[in-house]
Amino acid sequence: MVFKREGRKNDEPRKIIAKVGIIPRADGSAYFKIGNTEAYAAVYGPRTLFPRFKQDPTKGILRCNYNMMPFSGMGNRVRPGANRRAKEISMVTEKALLPVLDLVDYPNSVVDVFIELPQTDAGSRCAGICAASMALADAGLVMKDLVCSVGVGHIDNTLLVDLDYDEEAFDGVVADIPLAVIPRTGEYTLLQMDGIIGKEDLFKVMELGKKTIGMIYEAQKNALKEKYMIEPVIAKKTAQGGIKNE
Amino acid sequence: MNDDLRSHMLKTLEKGLRYDGRKLDEFRPVSVETGVIKTAEGSARIKIGETEVLVGIKTEVGTPYPDSPDEGTIMVGVELLPLSNPAFEMGPPSINSIELARVVDRGLRESHAIDFKKLCIKKGEQIWILCIDICPINDAGNLFDAAALGAIAALQTAKFPEFDGVTINYKKLTDVSLPVSKVPVEVTVWKIGNYLIVDPSPEEQELADGRLTVATMEDGKLCAMQKGGVIPLTIEGIENMVEIAVEKTKELRSYLGGN
Repeated sequence: MVFKREGRKNDEPRKIIAKVGIIPRADGSAYFKIGNTEAYAAVYGPRTLFPRFKQDPTKGILRCNYNMMPFSGMGNRVRPGANRRAKEISMVTEKALLPVLDLVDYPNSVVDVFIELPQTDAGSRCAGICAASMALADAGLVMKDLVCSVGVGHIDNTLLVDLDYDEEAFDGVVADIPLAVIPRTGEYTLLQMDGIIGKEDLFKVMELGKKTIGMIYEAQKNALKEKYMIEPVIAKKTAQGGIKNE
Repeated sequence: MNDDLRSHMLKTLEKGLRYDGRKLDEFRPVSVETGVIKTAEGSARIKIGETEVLVGIKTEVGTPYPDSPDEGTIMVGVELLPLSNPAFEMGPPSINSIELARVVDRGLRESHAIDFKKLCIKKGEQIWILCIDICPINDAGNLFDAAALGAIAALQTAKFPEFDGVTINYKKLTDVSLPVSKVPVEVTVWKIGNYLIVDPSPEEQELADGRLTVATMEDGKLCAMQKGGVIPLTIEGIENMVEIAVEKTKELRSYLGGN
């Protein structure tokens, strides 16, 4: 079977929706949706880390937890609780986010990031990272930049951005490469691959993903700005010096 | 909880009000949205004030229990996600999440809301198992009522996937709804001192001495109960709590489709 992508261009991601501040109980929170892959992220902390032997007296630590909800898989129910896959993704998510954070001001503390996926259609770790970086910003932590993440790859040498589940499962030579980028410096903080790809194609497809990284960056920034946008009202200074809205 | 807040909350209760301005038996705004998760066969998003709960239903084919060879079954799971409340921790299900799951399970099971016989595919060999998973997104109090409401809303709107006798094709849902015939709705009444309230905020939940969850069917008959908290309840107290619960289920029921 020859692969041809329907409905969108090869370098075009699925529809992106980004929001922040959607979990009032958290210190910072965000929602990121790309196609049918949906991620919630909540940040709690910096808060004191227990048990105490895990504390670092020189700086705070980041702790990420990636979890798929039981009904979020395309096939059978996902058994709740940590499995090897979820643990690995939690770990690489931590490593993807840590370079933009500065936690020296929070010794003996932990910043907890909880990523939950209610529904997935491939690219869930990338959606999780996008949501988590927005949630960290929403929590007011000092950050060098946001982190933007998307999967790239190819099917039978057709280079693609943001593969969905059916594309990843296509019967052919497929490679799937989740990336995370610090847009300001262009550095990569997540790079994984499974599949088979030529060296030249790898760099070509990483280049191809840059446009999408830019789109995600804009969506994230807009979401953060939107939270603090004040409804356009005519503000007038009152005689007492306060501001009165009319 | 700080003492000022505690005394303020108790003082407002004396005036017949809650500290957020609600009446004692007043719910926060409730919304029920169904079909919100594409990977699930049925789903619902419940919002009660700032509390938000997602419920998803996955179907599986399994073998029946030896004592009921012609009956399918349900499985209710609650994961108190650490994302939804700073006090929730990761790890195996806590006793609170187990209690919550079992109370929702009992409401559904004992009301015979689902006809288990219709979940049988082949007697003694194949049955449908309905996995109802409840995940809070934001816990701003009253997870009990939100979870139970979400479970029935998701069940009412779920469809069976295609099944050829061997494998399930989750990508294709049929037009066949689940055999849901009754609609149990749960309301929990909380006791703070001598006052009875519904739909508590997290602060009110912390202050409460006890609670009683009552599941009620359309005809007003009760189908499950659960007392919580350490204080003993008097018979008059229980009467009042049941009365409030039954009355308030009418309101919650009105948010469900097809009613």
